[in-house]
Amino acid sequence: MAISFDEVAVGTELPAQSFPVTRATLVRYAGASGDFNPIHWNEKFALEVGLPDVIAHGMFTMAEAVRVVTDWVGDPGAVVEYGVRFTRPVPVPNDEAGAMIEVTGKVGAVLEDRKVRVDLVVTTGGQKVLGMSRAVVQLA
Amino acid sequence: MPLDPSFIGRTYPPTEPYEVGREKIREFAVAIGDANRAYTDLDAAKALGHPDVIAPPTFPFVITYSAAAQVVNDPELGLDFSRVVHGDQKFSYTRPVRAGDRLAVTVSIEAIKSLAGNDVLTVRGEVHDVSGEHVVTSFMTLVARAADEAGE
Repeated sequence: MAISFDEVAVGTELPAQSFPVTRATLVRYAGASGDFNPIHWNEKFALEVGLPDVIAHGMFTMAEAVRVVTDWVGDPGAVVEYGVRFTRPVPVPNDEAGAMIEVTGKVGAVLEDRKVRVDLVVTTGGQKVLGMSRAVVQLA
Repeated sequence: MPLDPSFIGRTYPPTEPYEVGREKIREFAVAIGDANRAYTDLDAAKALGHPDVIAPPTFPFVITYSAAAQVVNDPELGLDFSRVVHGDQKFSYTRPVRAGDRLAVTVSIEAIKSLAGNDVLTVRGEVHDVSGEHVVTSFMTLVARAADEAGE
């Protein structure tokens, strides 16, 4: 069911979600997105350029984070604006578990024309990885 | 050499249209693990009022990123891509990208700033369907770290 503008207020929390990411996830995302930067799949290369490990594509993390919004609102086409700042990489160890991207969101502002701004908090291992992560959503 | 702010406003020719296919959208949705049926099920997309399956919100980056190569590889601008990291990304949508779209990107340099010795470059990508309809605008901010003083 579509979320009605009349049901929400500043502070309304969206259902939180956790998104696992393994090395296999990154290989698949590289292929689908066309971003084959070796820092996302080649550990030797990643270490050589000073990273702690292979890291997730920033755009992958951005894609996961907004799922908290699109799953809440139902229609992904309701997102009218979405932006993030990449503040810290998501290291993905070479094991079965990989890393976990944790996302929470709440309504940060009520806008005109039945729109709201959702502010997302995106962390891995307890550390924030995105800043200024905000989506403007058209509600019913 | 820091980037020259006089390049702000430089606009590049529109890219050749990228045709958005249903199976490409499906592949992308699977890659991000997103089972929203609007991406893969025509009936579900139509029930939401879309004429065809739509693409996830970050999908336009697939198109705008390759279009931005015009800026990154502009010899007159002289960006050192080996020092570049993706700092910020924003999309402003008129409507979602959908299967059947034929999308051209017009890239321009939105901003050039210097922060703590780093070059901060914002590349704007205006995405239009070949019918002329605006679909989405991408703002990609790249940060080129300052060269090491000791090393170079």
